[in-house]
Amino acid sequence: MAGARGCEGRAGPGCAGGAVPPGAGRRPRMAAAASPSRELTQNPLQKTWEPYDNGLPAGHSAQRGVCMTNCPTLIVMVGLPARGKTYISKKLTRYLNWIGVPTKEFNVGQYRRDLVKKYKSFEFFLPDNEEGLKIRKQCALAALNDVRQYLSEENGHVAVFDATNTTRERRETIYKFGEENGYKTFFVESVCVDPEVIAANIVQVKLGSPDYVDCSNDEATEDFMKRIECYKNSYETLDETLDKDLSYIKIMDVGRSYLVNRVMDHIQSRIVYYLMNIHVTPRSIYLCRHGESELNLKGRIGGDPGLSVRGKEFAKSLAQFINEQNIKDLKVWTSQMKRTIQTAEALGVPYEQWKVLNEIDAGVCEEMTYEEIQENYPLEFALRDQDKYRYRYPKGESYEDLVQRLEPVIMELERQENVLVICHQAVMRCLLAYFLDKPAEQLPYLKCPLHTVLKLTPVAYGCKVESIFLNVEAVNTHRDKPENVDISRPPEEALVTVPAHQ
Amino acid sequence: MAGARGCEGRAGPGCAGGAVPPGAGRRPRMAAAASPSRELTQNPLQKTWEPYDNGLPAGHSAQRGVCMTNCPTLIVMVGLPARGKTYISKKLTRYLNWIGVPTKEFNVGQYRRDLVKKYKSFEFFLPDNEEGLKIRKQCALAALNDVRQYLSEENGHVAVFDATNTTRERRETIYKFGEENGYKTFFVESVCVDPEVIAANIVQVKLGSPDYVDCSNDEATEDFMKRIECYKNSYETLDETLDKDLSYIKIMDVGRSYLVNRVMDHIQSRIVYYLMNIHVTPRSIYLCRHGESELNLKGRIGGDPGLSVRGKEFAKSLAQFINEQNIKDLKVWTSQMKRTIQTAEALGVPYEQWKVLNEIDAGVCEEMTYEEIQENYPLEFALRDQDKYRYRYPKGESYEDLVQRLEPVIMELERQENVLVICHQAVMRCLLAYFLDKPAEQLPYLKCPLHTVLKLTPVAYGCKVESIFLNVEAVNTHRDKPENVGVDRSREEALRTVPNHL
Repeated sequence: MAGARGCEGRAGPGCAGGAVPPGAGRRPRMAAAASPSRELTQNPLQKTWEPYDNGLPAGHSAQRGVCMTNCPTLIVMVGLPARGKTYISKKLTRYLNWIGVPTKEFNVGQYRRDLVKKYKSFEFFLPDNEEGLKIRKQCALAALNDVRQYLSEENGHVAVFDATNTTRERRETIYKFGEENGYKTFFVESVCVDPEVIAANIVQVKLGSPDYVDCSNDEATEDFMKRIECYKNSYETLDETLDKDLSYIKIMDVGRSYLVNRVMDHIQSRIVYYLMNIHVTPRSIYLCRHGESELNLKGRIGGDPGLSVRGKEFAKSLAQFINEQNIKDLKVWTSQMKRTIQTAEALGVPYEQWKVLNEIDAGVCEEMTYEEIQENYPLEFALRDQDKYRYRYPKGESYEDLVQRLEPVIMELERQENVLVICHQAVMRCLLAYFLDKPAEQLPYLKCPLHTVLKLTPVAYGCKVESIFLNVEAVNTHRDKPENVDISRPPEEALVTVPAHQ
Repeated sequence: MAGARGCEGRAGPGCAGGAVPPGAGRRPRMAAAASPSRELTQNPLQKTWEPYDNGLPAGHSAQRGVCMTNCPTLIVMVGLPARGKTYISKKLTRYLNWIGVPTKEFNVGQYRRDLVKKYKSFEFFLPDNEEGLKIRKQCALAALNDVRQYLSEENGHVAVFDATNTTRERRETIYKFGEENGYKTFFVESVCVDPEVIAANIVQVKLGSPDYVDCSNDEATEDFMKRIECYKNSYETLDETLDKDLSYIKIMDVGRSYLVNRVMDHIQSRIVYYLMNIHVTPRSIYLCRHGESELNLKGRIGGDPGLSVRGKEFAKSLAQFINEQNIKDLKVWTSQMKRTIQTAEALGVPYEQWKVLNEIDAGVCEEMTYEEIQENYPLEFALRDQDKYRYRYPKGESYEDLVQRLEPVIMELERQENVLVICHQAVMRCLLAYFLDKPAEQLPYLKCPLHTVLKLTPVAYGCKVESIFLNVEAVNTHRDKPENVGVDRSREEALRTVPNHL
């Protein structure tokens, strides 16, 4: 997809997941003056209209579904050890990738572990340890070098530089690096003095670190506390006056308050909004689909059918399961389609209907079986198998579109605590991909069977998943990618992976 | 629409414009335990599924399209005169109402003007002026009383209390008032020391104030500066330590930096995000529709047609107009439908395609004429005339849905400077309603004719509109609300206001 860029920090709300398409590059195409002979052609996969000049893709047009950051962004974490920098780095990276902004994190500690095979003790971090300082500087430079490669050569849009970066001098070095390479730099500092929070962080993510694999918990904790001390004397927090020209957010006490300075563009604004909505309170998110529907039974996609007999059974089982789980202050969300609402009705608790949780719109293929789609739209059916993430149904949607419309759901899920989301197959795949950090290629093939609840619990830097089948049989609605995805394939090869149905 | 509320600060991203439906109230319906005989019925207007218990609407189900704030929110402005408090109050109120959160601002200065018919001089505001203090306190209490009526009796969700509120004592009084009434209080402070900004504010909004109607500009400015001085000695800014338990945002230097403390719920998070994205840099927003399309000519709605001959003419005229306007760094946005893209192509500049700018989805009525809709769906046609804002086409969308999907566009328009948005009739009505503060009832009937550019320029507390017809004839696509909207009306009565077409 050709695209000229005349704009900054373009990871707009329209950004969907997925890699930057090859050839899109970043340098704006200086196209010729508008010529009346430029034809608009509709891209057969994504159904988007693109200009062609004498048969060749022309510039000027950029889809907001693709991130267009003229200027890559370098996010620089700042803070003492055990303040949540890596937690924030990984989470932010996951979020940005999901909304379609190619992002990568660079953890300097990891570079150190790769270089210094065996961690001995906190003494490595003493401010007067020449050898230690030399190695640590080397690691930081190696990481910055990889940042440059990612942002300037590999089409990355955002790099998250995860290290303590606690001195003004170090941050100056990084800022200059950013300037030299044409990156916008945005600092994210985490400040926390609450000893309980720090102790909890150490338990969650430090005790299990490769650094402490041969230590007892007490030994590890003691050593780590001394490690923190090594940084304290030279720590220069971001200052309202001294750093007034930098762009940054300072997060205080795990999100109780924030200081935000000089947000420069759209992507920084989105990052700030995201960081201000996440929290670390333990909770679980339950994802499931509606109960089996009448159309599921017939192998038909979409529509707005009611539950089958077994689907109603599932709804009752779900109610029982939820009761047994004894969840504190559970919020229940459904789509605005009958089958999810019917499912929620059985729970006997208040629930909220979100239109944006509606199943993917299959456009002209709504309520068809796969056999009928193959019969009536064999080309479409093949294109979908070629790129299921980006494929948009005629007069319908793509997974890429779905991610865009689900972003507010993700944002609200981050704000909330215990939530049960009763939704649909494609929708659930998108949400799951966010929590489990699955890339666009895998997202449309994630397994989300009927009558199965996925319980997601944040732990350490990721998410624990428990899959609970509620013991009510249902049809399988999962269609794997077939071997032959060519438009010339015979119907049998197209339909070989269609699950059984009435 | 019945709704039980178990949630806080519910003005979710799904909130669409429109008043809280009558009877929705706020007290959660303590419905009986789930009874299997609860039927789901589809509301004929909005196509939403609602539970009915023995024929009566039951609780438990709330649409995210309607704001459900269990707890009203009281926003309290803080700051010296000429710091933008009223500007922020009005803008925030306009935004919240547009996304569907019933909001009202209460300007204490206005209460004072109503009580003290003639403003004499700054001496009214001297800290030792007993009479003045008495009147000002009286006004504040009168305003708070109206706040209580709005939030507790009139189904308001958010009240913006616009006054200086510069002392901790005054803020305590208001906070207690909030607590007594079950409101959540959120402070918005504007701090600014830049004399140029203050001088500009005085010129923009004070010189024209009723207070100074009989003064020269110099007299007014001099008096107003002395008025500001009256407040300075007793000004107690929100303090990180003393006010650490309050929820607030402190805006510094017109948005260069922000201090955010204890955001409590969803609506506060949305308010913070909005306030952090608005700016005061002068700029203009240009709104227009695509050029006349082939389907426009035939009186057909929706579809994805190309431009007619006259539509292409318009595109060229638009290019000329834009050139003549000599706009600095103009961004051009289109939808992903062919007709807007064709229009943008003629401009010869980069443009960005937004799927969320696509025209309202008319579902089963796509590509029909109004005559055909009346023929095939007379009930739907009547329902639409009864409540055009909330009416959702079968398998389509409503204006209310449109507002929800356009919210990210509004947010990005606030961030941007000069932008031209080439969109569609219903979409343009929604955007225009935001800028011109038009309520839901009027929104679907705003006039947005083809081949006419609306240039919006923020001025003082609102928006100046210039309408520029680009002198290329086009069909009229505006259908007024007919007199008879009863479902039993005759065909002629239904079609009386349909504009001419081929």
